[in-house]
Amino acid sequence: MQIHDIVIIGGGPAGLAAAVSARKHGIEDILIIERDDQLGGILNQCIHNGFGLHTFHEELTGPEYAERYIEQVQEERIRYVLNTIVADISDTEKCEEASGRKIKLITMMNKEQGMVQTGARAVILAMGCRERSRGALNIPGYRPAGIYSAGTAQRYVNMEGKLPGKEVVILGSGDIGLIMARRMTLEGAKVKAVAELMPYSGGLRRNIVQCLDDYGIPLKLSHTVVNIKGKERVEGITLAQVDEKGRPISGTEEDISCDTLLLSVGLIPENELSSQAGVDINPVTNGPVVNESLETSIEGVFACGNVLHVHDLVDYVSQEAAAAGREAALYVKGLMKKKGMEITLKGEQGVRYTVPSTICIDRMDKLQIVRFRVGSVYSDARIVVYAGEHEVMELKRRIMAPGEMEQIQIKREELQELADSHILNNQLVIRIEECGVKKNG
Amino acid sequence: MGENMDRTRELTCICCPLGCRLTVTGNAETKELNVTGNTCPRGADYAVKEVTDPRRIVTSTVAVENGVLPVVSVKTAGDIPKNKIFLCMEQLEHARVSAPVSIGDIVLPDIADTGVAIIATKNVKCK
Repeated sequence: MQIHDIVIIGGGPAGLAAAVSARKHGIEDILIIERDDQLGGILNQCIHNGFGLHTFHEELTGPEYAERYIEQVQEERIRYVLNTIVADISDTEKCEEASGRKIKLITMMNKEQGMVQTGARAVILAMGCRERSRGALNIPGYRPAGIYSAGTAQRYVNMEGKLPGKEVVILGSGDIGLIMARRMTLEGAKVKAVAELMPYSGGLRRNIVQCLDDYGIPLKLSHTVVNIKGKERVEGITLAQVDEKGRPISGTEEDISCDTLLLSVGLIPENELSSQAGVDINPVTNGPVVNESLETSIEGVFACGNVLHVHDLVDYVSQEAAAAGREAALYVKGLMKKKGMEITLKGEQGVRYTVPSTICIDRMDKLQIVRFRVGSVYSDARIVVYAGEHEVMELKRRIMAPGEMEQIQIKREELQELADSHILNNQLVIRIEECGVKKNG
Repeated sequence: MGENMDRTRELTCICCPLGCRLTVTGNAETKELNVTGNTCPRGADYAVKEVTDPRRIVTSTVAVENGVLPVVSVKTAGDIPKNKIFLCMEQLEHARVSAPVSIGDIVLPDIADTGVAIIATKNVKCK
């Protein structure tokens, strides 16, 4: 059996950036496994611009952004296989003599070879996420044609040149929903409304302005679809206002005729493979629990990108993936520092989760990036990191919203000092504290 | 005349995630404008441009003949006036290119008389 140094599962933005970074850190034998017929992942259908402002300091479209990384992968002659799906990751019985580590066994399938197995010294999970479906929402009514997830509609319009409908209602104001509201409008469809259950949008503000306001598309906050009409094809939907607990308020129902309902109701990291392999999953993110090196609960298995937690900007995916690629390279070369005291990061009071979940001072970067999302809209608030009663750092933010990822950088030097003086034990707490008044909308 | 004279407009700044609520008052034609609500100079620039000459990059697709995909994604090489967006879309609907197409290829040299070209944003190989 062939044994690769690093096998990367997924050839989207995370997988590509991880591969390029691992190569830059001296790993020759890398294999990317991609299930689609081309590299680039979801970026191939995200034809709108706004990608790469942080990475390349210009506004690129999705396919252009992907191509920048695909070119690097090709220049570096990094191996990849397409049309191949990974079915299983497990341990082989084989230990490497030098390190005593078990070689990982990757089972994959494709049309040409059927089922094949390959070995890996390290694995990087970069499978991305998928859309939450209608089944997860429990909308009553028949199951007529004309209901699509926003991403499916995006693929039809942008890659297959087909328009899924003429009169559209969109449920959910995530970025894909907002982008598709504009896209369908430009292609001649009438987008009648975007309904959002929450009192705030889940999408980026600039998308609300450029995709809805520009075209006069109403955004109905605190609204949901309570009925879908039509037996063969969607004929209309009923929209109702919801109370603060998300329950429809009777008497507020409004019928809207349409032939298409797009759902943009959230993304879920795709971790069946990870769970099956025994990787611990964080119930808040639905992604693996990782340490400062982006290593999962299984030694030598790393995770990055949307499979780890859903990102708002691809630039951050690339950044995170580059870190995972570097750490996997250090691991393969046996250069990872020995594990010392482990500090647990705990998100409280508005901080829904943190990535990473733990930090080891000996292994962390000089500046450790910690990413998270907040639970509701805050204005004039501060992000505060505590070691016990001691305030380690604070960051003021004019505005924070669940649709946008937050990040802080924790200094190694500072943590070391706090640990040396016994102020820091084994937990850091991150909280949102208000300077002003908390807003719900 | 008239429409742009001395009116107040409320905008949401899109320069950064802050999304400041901007208020623009004054005369767009004479460019005597007053912006409030911005927290940085970029916000003021955005507001003035948005009121006097709103422009957007347009991204869409164009039909491809003999390609592995039926359409290729394209964008305007620069921003075009907002009121030309639908004219731009109409012209794109009639445009055709033949595979192979490479990123950066000029699909149309001048869209909707703006002097701005339409360029491909994806590589599409021949069937």
